[in-house]
Amino acid sequence: MSSDTDIAVLGVGMHPWGKWGRNFVEYGIVAARGAIADAGLSWADIDFCSGADTMRNGYPGYVSGATFAQALGWSGARVASSYAACASGVTALETARMRILAGKCDVALVVGADTTPKGFLAPNAGDRPDDPDWLRFRLLGATNPTYFAFYARRRMDVWGATAEDFARVKVKNARHGLTNPFARYRKEVTFEDVMASPVVSDPLRLLDICATSDGAAAVVISSMDYARRHGRPDAVRVAGVSTVTPSFPNAIIEMPDFSTDSAVAVPVPELGFKDSIAAAAYEEAGLGPEDLDLAEVYDLSTALELDWYEHLGLCKAGEAEKLLADGATTHGGSCVVNPSGGLACFGEAVPAQAIAQVCEVTWHLRGQAGDRQVEGARAGMTINQGLFGHGSSVVLIR
Amino acid sequence: MAKTRVPAVEGWFTMGAEPALVGNRCAACGTVFFPRAEMFCRNPRCDSDSFDDVELSRTGTVWSYATNHYEPPQPYMAPDPFEPYTVAAVELEAERMVVLGMVDGDSTSMAVGRRVELVLATLFEDDEHEYVVWKWRPAE
Repeated sequence: MSSDTDIAVLGVGMHPWGKWGRNFVEYGIVAARGAIADAGLSWADIDFCSGADTMRNGYPGYVSGATFAQALGWSGARVASSYAACASGVTALETARMRILAGKCDVALVVGADTTPKGFLAPNAGDRPDDPDWLRFRLLGATNPTYFAFYARRRMDVWGATAEDFARVKVKNARHGLTNPFARYRKEVTFEDVMASPVVSDPLRLLDICATSDGAAAVVISSMDYARRHGRPDAVRVAGVSTVTPSFPNAIIEMPDFSTDSAVAVPVPELGFKDSIAAAAYEEAGLGPEDLDLAEVYDLSTALELDWYEHLGLCKAGEAEKLLADGATTHGGSCVVNPSGGLACFGEAVPAQAIAQVCEVTWHLRGQAGDRQVEGARAGMTINQGLFGHGSSVVLIR
Repeated sequence: MAKTRVPAVEGWFTMGAEPALVGNRCAACGTVFFPRAEMFCRNPRCDSDSFDDVELSRTGTVWSYATNHYEPPQPYMAPDPFEPYTVAAVELEAERMVVLGMVDGDSTSMAVGRRVELVLATLFEDDEHEYVVWKWRPAE
């Protein structure tokens, strides 16, 4: 598998996830310097700085590309700042990839970092009755976990999933992340721990739902020519990226909406939104679910990880609980899902998370993932979905 | 003195004895929107910008539901002491869409596929007003 639209991942870096309470720029620069050093380069070599924005840290967060570029020292590099909610990191990556593939840039830095408040992610402050994100809290009390719970309840009702099935996802991911130096939670979680944790949004419990964290991740990407010139012809490659929107009518209720699209005039498309995110990435990469050795998926909730198995095509609809129980998604299985420990061990740092997924897959494809290494990994995929219709997926190969 | 009943959001539902959500329908392709489409039809194959207000079905079936046991952040106006509440995603057959709403009354009888009907209920109050919102109530 090789294509003239591949690009190289030369360097990856992260700042540990946690609740550090410091400036997001500090985390971002730690991750960026890590990625640049990992690439064997210096900041002066970087042509393009692509930032994934944070909405909770004022103006510097809205112009993250320039914020990071200034902190690293103005170098005259080109710059861009992207916001696509949870998909921001991949949008920033795609912006840089396209500039490289257009031949306008040899090597680019992609950085995302966040500092998050405690508790539920709340809408921006102020009285804003025209903003659906404000109104869903006001009129419905529809927190993010409310939407996660809708999907979880569907799995229970339609496929017979149980709270015990959901708990097993947490137990697996907690075990995966035990020795990950960048994870915030590195502690064995038992089945009993999950079942004893308080119900937040029934049927989901506290330990079914991911926390919000501070953290940062960065990658250095380049053209394949540049990688060869710098002695890295065998670098991990980005083979496909998906940033698709839904297709009308989207029949699944999506955060933060009040309703789905109506299918009165146009029939519901064959592929739902989450399926279409994966399909577009597979198509670009020229491979399929049977080729994957590992996947980093967005486990905002335990039940959502099970949904992703099906959207990725690892199994048919309704078979995710069995796939998990059979051990197919842990070490020794056919496709290890969330070897990093996932959001269960990290907590979400919005603009950094999708980049962190790319870092994790890269380490596995290089054989550098230490205790949690997926043996012989040749192909891996990341997937997530950003609020307001942002698909996000990256296929990486070695 | 009785408090004045006012909608918690302007123009999203009727306030009569048989309340209904008010959406709109594209005059060209017939797609229904709730909340109303403001400017352009969102059917990608339709370039209409003309809509007619339409009252949505007052009954539907539960697609899914969730009961929240933690107090959400502002601008949700939580009662003191906080009480758990249920939000349902309800399929409207005629409109072929799912619409959210809080559940009124006994939420222990909620189930996927349960028939529900639309009612108005108090969302929160201040000294002079009772702010009402639509809710889904289990139907007989």
